[in-house]
Amino acid sequence: MSKKIPEIPSASLADIAFMLLIFFLVTTTMDVDSGLRRKLPQWVDPKDMPDEDQQINERNVFVVLVNKNNDLLVEGDYERIENLRERAKEFMDNPFNDQDLPEKEPKEIPYFGEFMVSKGVISLRNDLDTKYGTYLAVQNELVAAINELRDELAKNKFGKPYKELEADKQNAIREIYPQKISEAEPKGKI
Amino acid sequence: MSKFRKNDGKELPPISTASLPDIVFMLLFFFMVSTTMREVTYKVRMHLPAATELDKLEKKSLVSYIYIGEPLPMYQKTFGKAPRIQLDDVFADVGDVQDFIIAERNARDENEQPMMITSLKIDENTKMGIVNDVKQELRKSAALNINYSARKKAD
Repeated sequence: MSKKIPEIPSASLADIAFMLLIFFLVTTTMDVDSGLRRKLPQWVDPKDMPDEDQQINERNVFVVLVNKNNDLLVEGDYERIENLRERAKEFMDNPFNDQDLPEKEPKEIPYFGEFMVSKGVISLRNDLDTKYGTYLAVQNELVAAINELRDELAKNKFGKPYKELEADKQNAIREIYPQKISEAEPKGKI
Repeated sequence: MSKFRKNDGKELPPISTASLPDIVFMLLFFFMVSTTMREVTYKVRMHLPAATELDKLEKKSLVSYIYIGEPLPMYQKTFGKAPRIQLDDVFADVGDVQDFIIAERNARDENEQPMMITSLKIDENTKMGIVNDVKQELRKSAALNINYSARKKAD
């Protein structure tokens, strides 16, 4: 009766924990997956595809072509990728209602009332031999242009960057600057 | 003066190691929570392009991955040097993409299916031809949410 159960030694606890720790240290990969988020258009059967060229007014389309040598052709002339963002911003914004830049139509938008929303669409076309790296860089610049426009508008109107706004305010801004980047079916040669 | 007398007679007591397991456990839990196990072995070489407008992929369970790139040197004898598609652990053709997406979709809960994202991990030197083929297949199988995987550009 007087015999006590001996205490379990806890000296090895640290060793066991260390072993587990080292296992997790080795297997861990800390990198978070991140990337450019895009939405593909719905699949349309080639047979009942409408003739897009006739539907959209020429001034409303910002044409970006990338050829197999990874050169850029923006609205008919060569352009360096560094300038693409500015060009796209100017196109989507059209601050002086230029005749060559896209039309605007009034639209009722929460928080803003009636707002002139641009009808501009960015059309991106690439060659089959274009490098993916270039293609993604172009996409990145176009998305960046729209993000910058949204950010500027958010700062003017609400005094906060776009990312920090509430969901319904973000929606309002998204309606003004939608991410309209259309990717036509690639042709073999451009 | 006697206040600052050296305690030369006494020995320094040993530092208690009783708290060592606690510290180690704390580290252990940190790594257990932050860890993500690598789910596949890469068979293609991928050097992701750099971009600035990145979104994080938040719900890992809703993401399915498609890898495209040059096969690693040990596979080049059988598969050649041209960029190939890897789905899960195997090399695949463009035609297999639809089946892969359908299988991935069936593995998820029904109300989660619309939120599924396909992450495209593509080497930056790949030609757009194969990428376009994959994109068309994704459109056909109505997997429209995609994410072009990229590194953060240092600037």
